[in-house]
Amino acid sequence: MTIAATDRAPTAVSTGRGVHGPASKRIVVAYGFWIFILSDMVMFAALFATYAVLSRNTAGGPSGAELFNLPNVFIETMCLLLSSYTCGLGVLSAERRQPARLFVFAAFTFALGAAFLFIEGTEFARMAESGAGPSRSAFLSAFFTLVGMHGAHVTCGLIALVYLLAQVVAEGLQAAVLRRLLCWSLFWHALDIVWVGVFTLVYLMGGR
Amino acid sequence: MLGKLSWAAIPFNEPLPLLSAAVVGIVILAVLATTTVKGWWPYLWREWLTSVDHKRIGVMYEVLGLVMLLRGFSDAIMMRTQQAIAVGGAPGYLPPQHYDQVFSAHGTIMIFFVAMPLVIGLMNFAVPLQLGVRDVAFPVLNSVSFWLTASGALLINASLVIGVFSRASWWGYPPLSELAYSPDVGVDYYLWSLQISGIGTLLTGVNFVTTILKLRAPGMTYFRMPVFCWTALASNLLIVAAFPILTATFTMLLLDRYLGMHFFTNDRGGNQMMYANLFWAWGHPEVYILILPAFGVFSEVAATFSGKGLFSYRSMVWATLGICVLSLMVWLHHFFTMGAGADVNSFFGIMSSIIAVPTGVKVFNWLFTLFRGRVVFKTPALWLIGFMVTFVIGGMTGVLLAVPPVDFVLHNSAFLVAHFHNVIIGGVVFGAIAGYQYWFPKAFGFTLDERWGKASFWCWFVGFYLAFVPLYQLGLMGMTRRLQHIADPSWRPLLLVAEAGAIVIFLGILCQIAQLYVSIRTREQRRDLTGDPWDGRTLEWSTTSPPPAYNFAVLPRVESIDAFWHMKRAGRPAAEPAHEAIAVPRNSPAGFITAFFAVVMGFSLIWHIWWLAILGFLGAAIVVLAAAWRIEREDEIPAAELAPIERAR
Repeated sequence: MTIAATDRAPTAVSTGRGVHGPASKRIVVAYGFWIFILSDMVMFAALFATYAVLSRNTAGGPSGAELFNLPNVFIETMCLLLSSYTCGLGVLSAERRQPARLFVFAAFTFALGAAFLFIEGTEFARMAESGAGPSRSAFLSAFFTLVGMHGAHVTCGLIALVYLLAQVVAEGLQAAVLRRLLCWSLFWHALDIVWVGVFTLVYLMGGR
Repeated sequence: MLGKLSWAAIPFNEPLPLLSAAVVGIVILAVLATTTVKGWWPYLWREWLTSVDHKRIGVMYEVLGLVMLLRGFSDAIMMRTQQAIAVGGAPGYLPPQHYDQVFSAHGTIMIFFVAMPLVIGLMNFAVPLQLGVRDVAFPVLNSVSFWLTASGALLINASLVIGVFSRASWWGYPPLSELAYSPDVGVDYYLWSLQISGIGTLLTGVNFVTTILKLRAPGMTYFRMPVFCWTALASNLLIVAAFPILTATFTMLLLDRYLGMHFFTNDRGGNQMMYANLFWAWGHPEVYILILPAFGVFSEVAATFSGKGLFSYRSMVWATLGICVLSLMVWLHHFFTMGAGADVNSFFGIMSSIIAVPTGVKVFNWLFTLFRGRVVFKTPALWLIGFMVTFVIGGMTGVLLAVPPVDFVLHNSAFLVAHFHNVIIGGVVFGAIAGYQYWFPKAFGFTLDERWGKASFWCWFVGFYLAFVPLYQLGLMGMTRRLQHIADPSWRPLLLVAEAGAIVIFLGILCQIAQLYVSIRTREQRRDLTGDPWDGRTLEWSTTSPPPAYNFAVLPRVESIDAFWHMKRAGRPAAEPAHEAIAVPRNSPAGFITAFFAVVMGFSLIWHIWWLAILGFLGAAIVVLAAAWRIEREDEIPAAELAPIERAR
């Protein structure tokens, strides 16, 4: 992802370090969105910390090793990582003003994201049916909240993707729309990073 | 259909809340009726409710904070009166379940809906002006932030009439705040109003960090920024770092209460210490979110009213950043007694004491700024001096409490209550009022009355000591906090002094109201035609009072710290007259409407009216998505229209 390399006017555009005055809108928007993502990461950090503290408090209920289906989680993970790859390709196409390719890659991204959610949803349903729902123990409360919060973010990401594609159709790939697509891709990649944390801390360390 | 809501929610059998609600209701109705009769609605809607101008939003934050100050203060008077009456055999006039709501509401309101709006309002008003730019980075988002904060305030006030408020104090420790021990809607009011306003605050943080780091006038490098902007930056960085923790923590408590989860419950593996840690991991940075901008205000006031540059600007900046980082490493001192062990306590005790070092640097900087300055004793300067004396005392009792063995003796006592009121009133509130006095002429184009302003200062200052020095003493005598009934009659004289102090503070508030009234009545004689009533040093004083919607026709060129001061010295105008069109952000009702739906959603979640909660959520989401669709949000003021405005300046 190259935020700084694109949309740069030929003359020296201020990056906001103070010498040339206010930064361009492009930089301001992307920067603000970075800060927002950081705040989102802090929220996940709090949930991770809680999970780390509560993960052994199974209260006589099932533990992670008994519940997690690692092959499934691996497929899930691959879906999300691949969706990040197609997301990157899609944004590159958008920057090159190739809407057709953007739509193809976005469709892949959406499908992979939806597949991820589907697998996660069926896992959740299976656990809840077997009596291991979120109110069974502190461990499961923390598990469902951390993983579910990530899932909720992915859901929002998919809704936003559809919204942005509609905007591309209606308004074309103009600067404002392009800025939003870039922000969206930042968000989507950030969810990948969170998932790497979830995969490691929750599933790899807890699944054995 | 209406969830848990029924007529039983209205406290018909309790005259006090009903009476106060009736008074508030009549006042609100009177204001609405006046607005309607006078035909002010279109003006109000166009110029204020939908405004995305940072100055207008700043003023609205101030109004919110000052109105809520009255609410929070009436809670304070009620508590003081109860403690002064209910001694020995007397039961007082507030039954325990009501008294518990009063102290919970007092703390919650004073922190979230008085201190925060006052401080954020000042930042909104002053930061873009000081940076020499036309608005914040995301003006519409700024309006959303404000209205979400106002939504939270509205919800918390609704609990006065409909249902009850939390009885679990302002931090809502579980297990008391869990469903098992607080089954009514009180804690839900607390949680949802803070969740909604917390999102607003977080967005403010994102907005201001971006503004300060990316939008500054040409030439304004980091070390040419006014100190208030530095403190605002530090404060907003802390908002971004800390508020998401609060959101996550409250989400977990909500999940416990609504979906039967077990994060903080007594059974099934819940862990209450997790809540204590997470809450204060937000809560300690929060006090610096509040105090740092106040430090910034005092830095501006000290330099302006002593007619010389701030002593050691750089050390002031580094001290600010040092406090910003250290404030994230001291949270455990809020619960030394909760079994962390000696090693952990020592670490946090030492870290807490270390914060006194950069704070001390600041105090000496202000002192040396005044030293050999030509100090002009206008009202803001009085608040500065009152602050320096008071805050140092509060800081020293804070260092005392940072020593874990001392804390074991004094925790949960009136001594602690005195300490944090000492720093929050003596620091944050004094700072907020100083900033209000200092920037008022800039905001409205006329100065505030000095006599009433000074009277107000002396009332606050004397009242503060009368109200809280006795509490230090009572704490050392063994009085714990939150007592609805005083068993030991020997405490009574001091409690009566504290009550008298609260009344003197009330006189101070009345003087402030009188000051505002008198100043508005005589505004024609007190017009600020220069735009620079205090002989200021920073860029906000280089434009007119009040500034035009676009602040600066041409962005000023900055070549030093105290840019405007040096421009005046050099006899240079701040900026050449403008001849090009200026883009100003267009008004947007998005914030107001989103907040409306947020209130609907919050209220129905509190009362378990699920269908309405879904409607409220969908409404808010659709408004946000619709508002986000718009491609161009800016109106251009053409050069032809600009010229007459600029000539008139």
